[in-house]
Amino acid sequence: MAWTTPTAIFFVTIFLLLCGMTVWEVVQPTVPRKGLLPLVTTRGDRFFISLLSGAWLHLAWMFFTDITLWVPLAIMAVGMAAILRWG
Amino acid sequence: MDRWPDHKAWFLVLPVAVLVAFSAIIPLMTVVNYSLQDVLGGTYFFVGAEWFEQLLHSDALHGALQRQFIFSFTVLAIEMPLGVAIALALPRRGWQVSLCLVLVALPLLIPWNVVGTIWQIFGRSDIGLGGWTLNELGIAYNYTSNSVDAWLTIVVMEVWHWTPLVVLLAYAGLQAIPDAYYQAAKIDGASAWAVFRYIQLPKMRGVLTIALLLRFMDSFMIYTEPFVVTGGGPGNSTTFLSQYLTRLAVGQFDLGPAAAFSIIYFLIILVFCYVFYRALEGIGKGAP
Repeated sequence: MAWTTPTAIFFVTIFLLLCGMTVWEVVQPTVPRKGLLPLVTTRGDRFFISLLSGAWLHLAWMFFTDITLWVPLAIMAVGMAAILRWG
Repeated sequence: MDRWPDHKAWFLVLPVAVLVAFSAIIPLMTVVNYSLQDVLGGTYFFVGAEWFEQLLHSDALHGALQRQFIFSFTVLAIEMPLGVAIALALPRRGWQVSLCLVLVALPLLIPWNVVGTIWQIFGRSDIGLGGWTLNELGIAYNYTSNSVDAWLTIVVMEVWHWTPLVVLLAYAGLQAIPDAYYQAAKIDGASAWAVFRYIQLPKMRGVLTIALLLRFMDSFMIYTEPFVVTGGGPGNSTTFLSQYLTRLAVGQFDLGPAAAFSIIYFLIILVFCYVFYRALEGIGKGAP
């Protein structure tokens, strides 16, 4: 098995996001709250929910259309920011 | 207030982090890597999301997923009420309690492949007690050639194997209800149904939620028992997700599609894990 650049970028991004979330948590501890999502969430919950939703969005995209995967990736990035801010 | 607490304790978590990295994260990374590659004559090609696209439109996967959900919901629909009913019927005091609990818990102590073997032999129409008796009674039963019979055998086996878990959890919930509730119900002249509906069921809510989620997760990942009893047949009628995955990975050595399928399976399980986690958190905080 050969490790490829796309998978490396994927995992490095996830790792950096987790590191960023950890630093953010240390600097400014999260406060559970209820936003647009129908449940009380911490920042980590919202991050997890947005990542998981992003994965499912990609799968749904592949199921329903042949359009490039950059589109769901962009939607996921915007969605992640929105969930973290208002979720 | 000190806004910069001492975080040195986090270093104590390092050994666990290393362990998890080697046991879970690195294998997961490998699976992701496989899911994006094709192997041809020892050469690896990056194929992007091709395996995912292929699998998402695969009738075999849709069939296995559909069967998996039907199986999980069927066994839950039987095990939950049956488990509660048996727990209600068990004695509450005396030496009979230990005896009954041990007898009820016996199926849980049997290894999964042995459970499969027991039911595989039990259901055989030539030498199995169950299959032979049914045929002697005039009921045409053959789980190796009839899909309905195969399903029936697997569902009954799963119910036999795992209902005891629901019984034990429900019984623990019932035992935790203080006598004062029953005394108050007696004074009010409450019927047995009213006692169950307004005292026992609400008080068992926590343990029943745990039982429901545990059983769902477990049944959703079932592999050994149906593999031993029917091998996924007849045809594909009892091929569930795990068996389909094993067939792809080990039977056909299609590592790319198998890895892509593993990730889809993992994402399904992750959703249920999160629901499980939130439900347990709610119970821990005393949510109604």
